[in-house]
Amino acid sequence: MSSVTGASAVDHTPNPHGESPLGGDRASTGRLGDRVFGGAATGAGLLVIAIVTLIAVFLLSQAIPSLARDNASFLTSTEWTVAGGNPRFGIANLLWTTVASSIIAMLIAVPLGVGVALFITQYAPRWLSRTAASLVDLLAAVPSIVYGLWGAFVFGPHITGVQSAISSVLGWIPFFSNDTGKVDSSGTIFFIGIVLSIMILPIVTALSREVFAQTPATHKEAALALGATRWEMIRTAVLPFGRPGVISASMLGLGRALGETVAVAIILSTLANGTAWSFSVFNGGETFASKIANNAGEFDSPQKTGAFIAAGLVLFVLTFIVNAIARIVIERRKAFTE
Amino acid sequence: MKTLTSRRIACLSGAALVGSLALSACGSDNNASGSAAPGASSSGSSAKADCAKGTLNGEGSTAQQNAIEEVISAFQDACEGATVNYNPTGSGAGIKQFTAGQVDFAGSDSALKTEMKDGVVEQAAADKTCGSPAWNLPMVTGPIAVAYKLNGVDKLILTPDVIAKVFLGQIITWNDPAIAKINPGVTLPGTAIKVFFRSDESGTTENFTKYLHGAAPKVWTADPAKKWTGKGEGKEKTAGVAGAVKSTEGGITYSEWSAAKDNGLSMAQVDNGAGPVELTGEAAGKAVAAAKQVGEGNNIKLSLDYTTKQAGAYPIVLVTYEIVCSKGKDPAKVALTQAFLKQFSSPEQQKALETIGYAPLPTDVAAKVSTAINALS
Repeated sequence: MSSVTGASAVDHTPNPHGESPLGGDRASTGRLGDRVFGGAATGAGLLVIAIVTLIAVFLLSQAIPSLARDNASFLTSTEWTVAGGNPRFGIANLLWTTVASSIIAMLIAVPLGVGVALFITQYAPRWLSRTAASLVDLLAAVPSIVYGLWGAFVFGPHITGVQSAISSVLGWIPFFSNDTGKVDSSGTIFFIGIVLSIMILPIVTALSREVFAQTPATHKEAALALGATRWEMIRTAVLPFGRPGVISASMLGLGRALGETVAVAIILSTLANGTAWSFSVFNGGETFASKIANNAGEFDSPQKTGAFIAAGLVLFVLTFIVNAIARIVIERRKAFTE
Repeated sequence: MKTLTSRRIACLSGAALVGSLALSACGSDNNASGSAAPGASSSGSSAKADCAKGTLNGEGSTAQQNAIEEVISAFQDACEGATVNYNPTGSGAGIKQFTAGQVDFAGSDSALKTEMKDGVVEQAAADKTCGSPAWNLPMVTGPIAVAYKLNGVDKLILTPDVIAKVFLGQIITWNDPAIAKINPGVTLPGTAIKVFFRSDESGTTENFTKYLHGAAPKVWTADPAKKWTGKGEGKEKTAGVAGAVKSTEGGITYSEWSAAKDNGLSMAQVDNGAGPVELTGEAAGKAVAAAKQVGEGNNIKLSLDYTTKQAGAYPIVLVTYEIVCSKGKDPAKVALTQAFLKQFSSPEQQKALETIGYAPLPTDVAAKVSTAINALS
């Protein structure tokens, strides 16, 4: 979390000897402890890189033979026939469902999570903030299957009314249209987005809370001394300071939403073969992860397995891109944080 | 039953997440070494079952999971020192593990295929692993219910053509003339029909579409497959479809008999041409008895006659097999396999399975199976 605290221009101004103040002289005392720790740290870093590389190699080696036999466009086709002599499969549907459900989850969880974090760090009395914080953290410990069952059997039946209300008012927007007519239960992209938002809420809240709590007291006092109200103080001191942290937290949550498997598989209704394409969030579908999970029991040929692994590869790349964008955003914001 | 179903969800989802490692956490310990205790043989204790010591590992079909769990528990009660593990990962995975020599027997919703599929001939591959012919032994038959929820309609008769049209989205309301014609005297509401199907690849789907393809070939033209080829809305696993129908007025699905019973769903009577037949263990057994045996000798593959016009036979039936090597490499293990399968196919055990939603093997099939079990060496 080094990026959280940000870095100021002062940190980069060389001292009279031309050395960067944060760089140190990289000298080693040559003691055993120094060398062991240095080696262990380097090893840990390399291990992570090696694991990610090996996962990528595994996915690629399994996916390429199937991709080579694919008779449809892998990125734009909505078909999914992976067995037999004429495999035709593409990930357009999976990509849309995955991204749409995650975006809905983010739209709900990020503002809510930041709000909860602000309340806990800035508004709540001490006794309440500690209780509230641990309660929110507790949400993160609930296994996703529990969210899935709860969503499907408890929460689900209450959401259909909300869905039809939204689509009757905003149905002229393609995203909210109800012309799909295929999904009658609560198993829609919209609903799974809501359940996912609850699942990622503790991640967003916990990290944001930590960052907001780190806001230098001097910044806050300075804002208050200049006559700012508490909200203005938060807006001018706390939020700008915490922004990179909130972005990191959101990306972590987004990663979980993109990859969530069990809850999605239980709640989301899948569509029959050949269902017409629709942008509506009141439609069913399958995400990358739920598609793989639904079919993992019947991977009976390498070609079939490879096709699903190819879908997994896309999820891997998608997550990678999302994280890369987050890095870039955080790097660019750094300079303005203090 | 409720707990069984939800435990199955938990286990399978766990499997999907973390792979087979998770499965060992879901039930009996699966890491026990595959070798049987030395010197064990059919020591024929005073108990009714033949007994042998050791550990037997199986993997495969989820459709027979409840049945095999029941049998395993009865077998282990009767035989001290015997352990049988069954990993319900799906028929495809079971056959794959069996062919790779990882498990002692596979449970499958369909017999080993003898034609080339995706570059593999299952039967040939299994024979090669065994070093002897691999045998398919039918053990349990599970009727598939056409379950629906429609207030005020307790008795509904459907013909193969109508079922196929409903599941293809060609009949969309319950008071469609096609349904009304075969249900005289029943007041049908104008509710929309909401079809639910299995979103996971499943043997239930394969067997149901086999029936539709066999009994209504003009309407259902798609080849039978584990993946659903009709219309509707997909839900995960048996629990998902049954739950969805339960909470949706006008919903219809196909599911294992036990799931339909547990969820209190109405079940349609199927009329293959010889009058409507209600789903009972006996009616399903009649359909299995009418099946042709296509494997040679002790390799008992059944070819069901989906168009059967035999009076009182419920035609939508799924037969699940245990796949074993005819000549085992380890004598102790062969004895254990024999003892376990004998328990499974015994009339009392088969009768007990009926209470949890399976239909017993008809007597002449059971006799053939028994001969085959005795011929294992």
